[in-house]
Amino acid sequence: MTMQETDTKSAAAGAKAFPGSDSRRYNYFEPKGRKATHYEDVTVDVQPDPERYLLQNWIISFGDGTPTYSKDWTALKCMDWHGFRAPDQEWERTHYQRQSTIVGMIQNVVENARRAGAPQRFDKAWVAVLQNHVGAFKHAEYGLGTALMRAQRYGYTQMVNNAILTNASYKLRFAQDLTLYLAEVGSDIGGFDLDAGKAHWLDDPIWQPCREAVEHIRAATDFLEQYFAVNLVFEPLVGELFRSGFVMQVAAAQNDFSTPSVISAAEADYERNLANAVELFALLLRDPAHGEDNRTMLQSWFTHHGGLAVKAALQLQPLWSLPRVKAASFADAFERARDRVAAIGREIGIDADLPALPPVEVGQVATPAATAAAVTDAAAE
Amino acid sequence: MPDGLTLNKITSQKGIGITEAARRVADLGWTPSYVKEAMAFPTDYKISKAPRDPMKQVLRSYFPMQEEKDNRVYGALDAALRGDMFRNVEPRWIEWMKLFLAIIPFPEISAARSMATLGQLAPGDDLRTGFTMQMIDEFRHSTIQMNLKKWYMENYIDPAGFDITEKAFGKCYATTIGRQFGEAFLTGDAITASNIYLQVVAETAFTNTLFVAMPSEAARNGDYALPTVFLSVQSDESRHIGNGHSMLMSVLKEPDNHLLLERDIRYSFWQNHMIVDAAIGTIIEYGTKHRDKNKESYAELWHRWIFEDYYRTYMLPLEKYGIKIHHDDVHEAFDSIVKKNYVHKIAQFFSAGWWANFWRIEAMTERDFEWFESKYPGWYDEFGIWWENYAKLSKPGSVPITFADTGYVYPHRCWSSLVPCVIREDFQVDEVDGELYTYASEVDRWTHKEAFAAEYQGRPTPAMGRFSGRRQWEEVYDGWDLADAIQDMGFVRPDGKTLVAQPHLSFEEKDMWTLDHVRGHTIRSPLLALREMTPQQRQAHVEEYRKGFKIRRV
Repeated sequence: MTMQETDTKSAAAGAKAFPGSDSRRYNYFEPKGRKATHYEDVTVDVQPDPERYLLQNWIISFGDGTPTYSKDWTALKCMDWHGFRAPDQEWERTHYQRQSTIVGMIQNVVENARRAGAPQRFDKAWVAVLQNHVGAFKHAEYGLGTALMRAQRYGYTQMVNNAILTNASYKLRFAQDLTLYLAEVGSDIGGFDLDAGKAHWLDDPIWQPCREAVEHIRAATDFLEQYFAVNLVFEPLVGELFRSGFVMQVAAAQNDFSTPSVISAAEADYERNLANAVELFALLLRDPAHGEDNRTMLQSWFTHHGGLAVKAALQLQPLWSLPRVKAASFADAFERARDRVAAIGREIGIDADLPALPPVEVGQVATPAATAAAVTDAAAE
Repeated sequence: MPDGLTLNKITSQKGIGITEAARRVADLGWTPSYVKEAMAFPTDYKISKAPRDPMKQVLRSYFPMQEEKDNRVYGALDAALRGDMFRNVEPRWIEWMKLFLAIIPFPEISAARSMATLGQLAPGDDLRTGFTMQMIDEFRHSTIQMNLKKWYMENYIDPAGFDITEKAFGKCYATTIGRQFGEAFLTGDAITASNIYLQVVAETAFTNTLFVAMPSEAARNGDYALPTVFLSVQSDESRHIGNGHSMLMSVLKEPDNHLLLERDIRYSFWQNHMIVDAAIGTIIEYGTKHRDKNKESYAELWHRWIFEDYYRTYMLPLEKYGIKIHHDDVHEAFDSIVKKNYVHKIAQFFSAGWWANFWRIEAMTERDFEWFESKYPGWYDEFGIWWENYAKLSKPGSVPITFADTGYVYPHRCWSSLVPCVIREDFQVDEVDGELYTYASEVDRWTHKEAFAAEYQGRPTPAMGRFSGRRQWEEVYDGWDLADAIQDMGFVRPDGKTLVAQPHLSFEEKDMWTLDHVRGHTIRSPLLALREMTPQQRQAHVEEYRKGFKIRRV
């Protein structure tokens, strides 16, 4: 009898015992914990590496000889890029579940608000803020999303790239959330100009430093500089400042309960993306061979993008004066942003302490330009 | 409740229309004025017309739709286990999944990465959402396929091969062919790679055989999981086909691009044929136990999906835009399957080198012979004795069939597609930059020498990719003993001696080959041997190779 005639009744696990019949785990990588997580199983080593298992090396190169993936695409160095695991552990199923839940949450809130006629009761001055400034901010989110979409091409492992990919997905979804939300509540409010937000983004002096900061991130050619600048610089100094420090605190007092719910999704997204980014950069700064060089590089990125982000944040200051009911102050919001970015810096091991706003004397108006100059001067010292 | 009135109609608010929503979302983009974004991805194409979005979908409808698709997939996997699928599944089929699922997650995630390219290169922001969805889709495909593979590993009788999957992907001669496919999505000229090779050819033409024809065969073999996952994957492909076509229409607008389009459609079609037909043709025809003569053969499937659907309705109409289409290549590809037995020769090769695999291949039987003969008249004369020999030599202690006196000549490997040069009469040899290379056909020779070069028909093409790396597996292990090479690749079971690959489906330990059974045979690189020959010897060798061989009974 030849082998192919051998009959087996069942092809289910455990039907026979033979060498290897109980080898039921992916066995080619070291799990971060005691056992591999599902995220690790579906992620680790899918993007191969000539230094691990890629026997025949990369087999196509760019015209200049650069291989399909190269460590030279970032100035940061790492002895083991494969050591990174995203704390949010996202793979496709969890990503769709989370994104879909957010979409459902936002739709429920918006539908209920509109059904109750809430947008018509928004304070008039607040409607102008939504139209002009929340409308402008959506472009910042989109710019960061497109920067991250490009950045997800360049990482040296699947774990790095997928963390950046999901970050891009969250940002681009949120930019669309804001766009469609404004279009829908705007249709309930007479005279709401949906093009005004972009006009403010492109021309309003309040938004120009913000646009400049975003364009610098988009134009950065180092993908980890982009990932760093988005999550460790722009988000705490400008993104959260605007979303939490302004919109979420101020909106309710203007009879608007729906906008904070839409915005809150981005805050939750950011917590996860921040955790992923902090884990990666902390790993790079702990690197025994390259940690110090990496620290120098991150510090220089922080100086560059931090300067732009502070300028952008300070220029937004007049927004806090626009709502009729003043429920929050820029100074408090900026102070929290300053604390936040310093705490993030401590977490990964760089100096991200920014000078405090200069005290404003009674009767003196703190103009954004004067404040910006004072903070920038202090930072330079 | 009156007729036609639903809860949804009562409670939902009037929203904005889909066209308006898509327009608003596309208006999120702007032209930077503070810093100009450098073009990160090289291309020799010029693109000035912004591609339009044919789907007009926004992310808030996309995510719930995908979640629902996922729920169905994971529910079906649970149901398959409750229905005891693995009790009845055909091991012959599942074994080939060790190869297929080792390869496919990498091309998928490469496609995700390549959306970075298209997102940046496409003027305007109209199609950005389409590219974004494709990026997330490909992330879906890669991880859902890794999950499916893990599921097979946990539930199928023989997990060996699944357990080393991504390591095996890096080591195996066959997975390197798949890597040629995946790396081609994201390396070199950005339009060549991400638009033409990936979207216009691989996704529009060949996913039909990959993700539609193959799942049908899986179901015939008692595997309901693969169709569940891959038909769900294929449902995303229509979006990618739309993205690709829209981008192609933008590229077409520029007459300067037409020469490059002709080059890239030619290269992409031929290489997709060489790689996808080799792998999927073999899996569909040789991984099945289902031999109903009424079902379509791979050749018939190819004619329906590639020739009728793709060539006649997608490729041919491009001529009216002034693009030269190489009709002869399409006919030659079809002839290679129906007249030159391309798939059968590839299956023969896979079995000839079974010991270097990380999956099992069992011998074809009388039932298989009958089906092949009915679908491919003359099959038995050319391949019947080979498979009878294979069955005879499947017992441990036999000579590995590669080294038995069968008359089989181990093939040269094609430098372009990395598939062995199995259609002997089409074998080509040429020099590039003073070095000698071998090719499976004239188009493969052209691909390396003319298409993947710094200049094309007198036009500088600095962005075009280059073939690199240690492309030939046999060269890596030239002079190695089989046992040492297998051990080096890690294709050994946890006992440290039993091979992962077996030339049969017996699950009895006594029937299983170990390192000792294959020791004493040496791997030789045909290319290195060819390069060492004198010009006269080489000429004689090439002539002899092109004559082919006749299999003898052992």
